[in-house]
Amino acid sequence: MLKSVRTLVTASLLLAGTAASAAETVKLALIDPLTGPMAAAGQPAFEHLKLEAERINANGGLNGAKLEIVGLDNKVNPQESLVQLQKAINDGIQLVTQGNGSSVASALITSVEKHNRRNPGKEVLYLNYAAVDPAFTNERCSYWHFRFDANADMKMNALTNYIASNKDIHKVYLINQDYSFGHAVSKSAQEMLKQKRPDIEIVGNDFHPLAKVKDFTPYVSKIQASGADAVISGNWGQDITLLVKAAAEFGLKAPFYTYYGASSGVVTQLGDKGVDRIYQINEYYGDFEDPEMAKKQVEMYEKTGWDFYYLRLSTMLDMLKAAADKAGSTDPKDLAKALEGLSIETPTGEVTMRAEDHQIQLPMFISVMKDGMKYGAEGTDYNFHKIAEIARDDVTLPTTCRMRRPN
Amino acid sequence: MLEIILFSLLNGILYGLLLFMLSSGLTLIFSMMGVLNFAHASFYMLGAYFAYTLGMHTGFWPALILAPILVGVVGSLVERFGLRRVHANGHVAELLFTFGLAYVIDELVQLTWGTVAVPYREPDYLREPLFTLFGTDYSIFRGVVILISILMFIALWYLLKKTRVGMMIRAALTHGAMVGHLGHNVPRLFMLVFGFGCALAGLAGVIGGPLLATEPGMAATLGPIVFVVVVVGGMGSLPGAFYASLLIGLLQTFFVAIDASVADILGIFGLQIDPYGEVARITLANLAPMTPFILLVLMLIFRPRGLMGELEP
Repeated sequence: MLKSVRTLVTASLLLAGTAASAAETVKLALIDPLTGPMAAAGQPAFEHLKLEAERINANGGLNGAKLEIVGLDNKVNPQESLVQLQKAINDGIQLVTQGNGSSVASALITSVEKHNRRNPGKEVLYLNYAAVDPAFTNERCSYWHFRFDANADMKMNALTNYIASNKDIHKVYLINQDYSFGHAVSKSAQEMLKQKRPDIEIVGNDFHPLAKVKDFTPYVSKIQASGADAVISGNWGQDITLLVKAAAEFGLKAPFYTYYGASSGVVTQLGDKGVDRIYQINEYYGDFEDPEMAKKQVEMYEKTGWDFYYLRLSTMLDMLKAAADKAGSTDPKDLAKALEGLSIETPTGEVTMRAEDHQIQLPMFISVMKDGMKYGAEGTDYNFHKIAEIARDDVTLPTTCRMRRPN
Repeated sequence: MLEIILFSLLNGILYGLLLFMLSSGLTLIFSMMGVLNFAHASFYMLGAYFAYTLGMHTGFWPALILAPILVGVVGSLVERFGLRRVHANGHVAELLFTFGLAYVIDELVQLTWGTVAVPYREPDYLREPLFTLFGTDYSIFRGVVILISILMFIALWYLLKKTRVGMMIRAALTHGAMVGHLGHNVPRLFMLVFGFGCALAGLAGVIGGPLLATEPGMAATLGPIVFVVVVVGGMGSLPGAFYASLLIGLLQTFFVAIDASVADILGIFGLQIDPYGEVARITLANLAPMTPFILLVLMLIFRPRGLMGELEP
């Protein structure tokens, strides 16, 4: 009797112990624009993460620990981001994620590297969900940085394959934001088009200041006058919304091949003028033929007023969970090790975090804006319909990264 | 080439007129009350948001009239219960008051309408092309905006030059005390002018909202440019503000349109000041957002009183 009581007490103590570790919380800080002109890019990511964190927690969390999302506003400003990173570190947060702006990502990578070198045992892991300057997984690759989005070159590789197959396109106009990412897009577009379709002429190559231009009409007049029959743009946030809005208003016929044409606001601003004119290369599209995904889209729009746009954020959290469960830990050091080479199944197929450069390998899709879609974006009937799938092996590109791993 | 020039001209004039609508109120308030209203662009933002909210209930056209009136009322109240009390403590206090007010309005807008742009658009039938030239559409809405701006300009001119109120305002500009001694209620006149100036900014917001974007940053982007207009045009000069607005509007659009670098332009004059091309490689299109401020600096160096200003600042 006494023995069984003792066993019971020990068991309940053990249970209490596991219960305590189950109640443990792991915080993931999102450092992104949550106010200002680019908030339309940061806010939906924040809401998406919070919603998906609930799902992760319902399925056992990160190795039993509860995942909590903390939003830190950086106004797309690198200095402000470093202040927020420090704030996160001071609060004991060891996982940070960021996506909007390679200028910000660049500052974060340097800062996280430095912090981890100086504070062994308190490492910070940086999960990049959208800053796609190719340098971060090539010459500037870092062990503490993982990218869950295809980089600018991979996207351009897929996009130019599609453009090259369209024999009606002879003149291409490039318009991009004036910072590292915009220049990377422009450079790879020129190189890849030259290689794949030497007959295509680049009739314009414009850079405009990031998040400063409110009136794109002068640029649109220029595109119109150049006689371009396609425009390529890596613009994001307000810069893509206002650009295509101005183009639609002036009746520009040339289609836009974009990285972020389905950004929030585009569909509302363009209406029928965007149909068949805005193309996007992304890891997902707006058909939602998978009922699971359709349910998520409906739920997310109802709960938060934002569309289910960032599939890669769901993928990122799923991979984080898989890594945590595999490592049996939520320590950034163990997570980083487990993430290397990790593969998981996603709604669009298998994705892998390449160990060599920490660049995710995934299939991509080209979609175009259509009317009468079953699951419309932003409460309309418009959304982006899949027209081409680019297999993982056709998206992938070699890397020049020489990863320096901690001993 | 011709089409670029033509459309840059149209776009430049449109942008210039919008700037004038904003700066006319600011320069009127400044010349009359000596108050440099830092919150002026915030009233422009309020105009856009009011029109967006009202438009959901009343439609676009009634909102076009109601929103500026509402902004004017808010402006009058600010003058009556805020600025007038601060006035006794001198210009620095007034400046600080309007400065703080701009922040308060910014925060209130974010609290009320959120931090993300709102979908404020002109009605669909105004999005149809007014005319098509060289394959480029010019929407009816843009035509309407130009028309409204010109009508406003004529109305303003008529009000100031041909009416009794205008006469009082003009007299109060230079001889405020004397107008008061003659039995006119100068403080009330101040309140009306302040409210009217804010209403003009509100009107600019109503048409600028759909044209650009209705978001909490809209005041911060246009605010500095409006001050440039007032300084370049000459403090307190309405015609000066008009010419400066058009000048800045045209400069900004044409700089984007011209595909040349600073080196190319200097080359025309046979100048080779930057052999390594670090600075001169910058294209004019990249300089476009900077043009108002370059103009401001040049103006302050070479002609501090502005285009048509009467006084040295």
